[in-house]
Amino acid sequence: MSIETVENEIIEEFALFEDNVFDKFGHLIDLGKSLEQMDPSLKTEDRLIKGCQANVWLYSEFKDGKIYFKADADADYAKGLVAMMIRVFTGHAPEEILNAPLEFIKKIGLDNMLSMKRTGGLESMIKQMKLDALAYKMKS
Amino acid sequence: MAISHDKSNEIPLPIPFKIHYFRAKDSLFRIILNFAIVKMIELKDISKLSIEINKIRADFPILSRKVNGKSLIYFDNGATTQKPKSVIDAIDNYYKNQNANIHRGVHTLSQEVTVAYENARATIQKHLNAKHAHEIIFTKGTTDSINIVASSFGKKFISKGDEVLISAMEHHSNILPWQQVCEEKGAILKVIPINENGELIISEYKRLLTDKTKIVAITHISNTLGTINNVEELIALAHVKNIPVLVDGAQAIPHMSVDVQLLSADFYVFSAHKVFGPTGVGILYGKEKWLNELPPYQVGGGTIKTVTFEKTEYADLPLKFEAGTPHIEGGIGLAAAIDYINEIGIKNIAAYEHELLVYATEAILKIEGVKIIGTAKEKASVISFVVEGLHPYDVGVLLDAQGVAVRTGHHCTQPLMNFYSIPGTIRASFAFYNTKEEIDQFILALNKSIQRLR
Repeated sequence: MSIETVENEIIEEFALFEDNVFDKFGHLIDLGKSLEQMDPSLKTEDRLIKGCQANVWLYSEFKDGKIYFKADADADYAKGLVAMMIRVFTGHAPEEILNAPLEFIKKIGLDNMLSMKRTGGLESMIKQMKLDALAYKMKS
Repeated sequence: MAISHDKSNEIPLPIPFKIHYFRAKDSLFRIILNFAIVKMIELKDISKLSIEINKIRADFPILSRKVNGKSLIYFDNGATTQKPKSVIDAIDNYYKNQNANIHRGVHTLSQEVTVAYENARATIQKHLNAKHAHEIIFTKGTTDSINIVASSFGKKFISKGDEVLISAMEHHSNILPWQQVCEEKGAILKVIPINENGELIISEYKRLLTDKTKIVAITHISNTLGTINNVEELIALAHVKNIPVLVDGAQAIPHMSVDVQLLSADFYVFSAHKVFGPTGVGILYGKEKWLNELPPYQVGGGTIKTVTFEKTEYADLPLKFEAGTPHIEGGIGLAAAIDYINEIGIKNIAAYEHELLVYATEAILKIEGVKIIGTAKEKASVISFVVEGLHPYDVGVLLDAQGVAVRTGHHCTQPLMNFYSIPGTIRASFAFYNTKEEIDQFILALNKSIQRLR
């Protein structure tokens, strides 16, 4: 599945909740709960994306030209965000990840909350994921 | 408690009372009568406020807006307060009719606005009951005010081995400037500990006041815990040893009446935006003798008497500390805000907010797994809490989705979070425009959020 297809899937899911922001966040939190458990040994200081309010650990592996992400967070909301991004990015080539326009963030109607810079929010997660992609791209 | 202290909201005694009062020969009877009158006036004031809450709310345009499709419930007053129309109008009027530079021009506009700005200073002087208008320095805010004192006081009075005393409940802005000065000077930062309720341990404070202590810097009300410190007592204890005290009044000014002479505070600082005024402006009150002793913090236009390339003679107070063109409309806006709260009466505000605090505390403690952080005997209208098993941030996000604005996180008091071993709290802080109905809505929203997260 291409990144775009996954993005569209996510847009459709969130559209079910129409303008109900509470339910949208609820869905995001559920996404976080469904995230595959991360091996505690992978939760090292250098994989910590330190936010003002929530801590997120992000780990990546490079196999057969594709990147696979694992993550955990101490707040459910941050865990939901990172789970959503993993769903979009995992199993894709560095090039695809680097070029992804990520239009879906605006379209799911949470961009106000998601753009919060001080909260260790989405922006810093995406930045770290793209940095990983760039590193693997340079290596390969 | 004396009627005469109520500067703003004086209610004339009813004539029959006056007559009886003065005719009463028995002093005990006089005392009882006096007490009854005071109580009557207080009750009248509180009920008046509750009745006029709709009128008060109508003064704040932002309170009628929607957030995420819901009516805004603004419980983040500890972070910043909303502005009444009179403040917005004052700023609007400044740019439409008054704008000119102050203290410089010969022309009418400049003279008019200089008068307006100096009137604003006088309004603040009166509100704090400062002895002189020139003891009121306009700054950028609380943080700026503390930086000015820490830097200027440090330059002149702090040297190697000296001690600066702060408390465990300080906001970062009353920690970092002192930490920096101590580092520069080789001085030591000492911390007054607190008990589990979030109250200062006075015996420890007394022990920490030594011959090495050069200054005490302490908050009047904790932004995170709501604790109201007895600064009058703290100052008196420091003064026994001739140690000056700076009081961080950022959280106190919106909630209680402050008389700097009664407190004998050497420095008292606050921000306009936390007291229904504009952002970017604040106050540094300092006793004349201290402000005269301290060197200027920043220099430039407006701070001088004469300048030659060889030597500069600095201006007298307050201009010595007000380099550059100030935040003129900010000062004028702050005075409008002070006038506004004085119209309601700061004592009425304190009584009404206390009612909100008691009401919300009772309601919140009924929720399973909720623990209030900060249970001091004397508390302002701030409730910080954690919910067992839940991250404060998640609760905050879901509350916002329901139109309830609270603050989550460490509230710029990380050492305090370490003390309680928590990552942060959810903080609801009330102002006089909040209502019990809003608290009911908040409790419903909180229950819904907790259910969704569990």
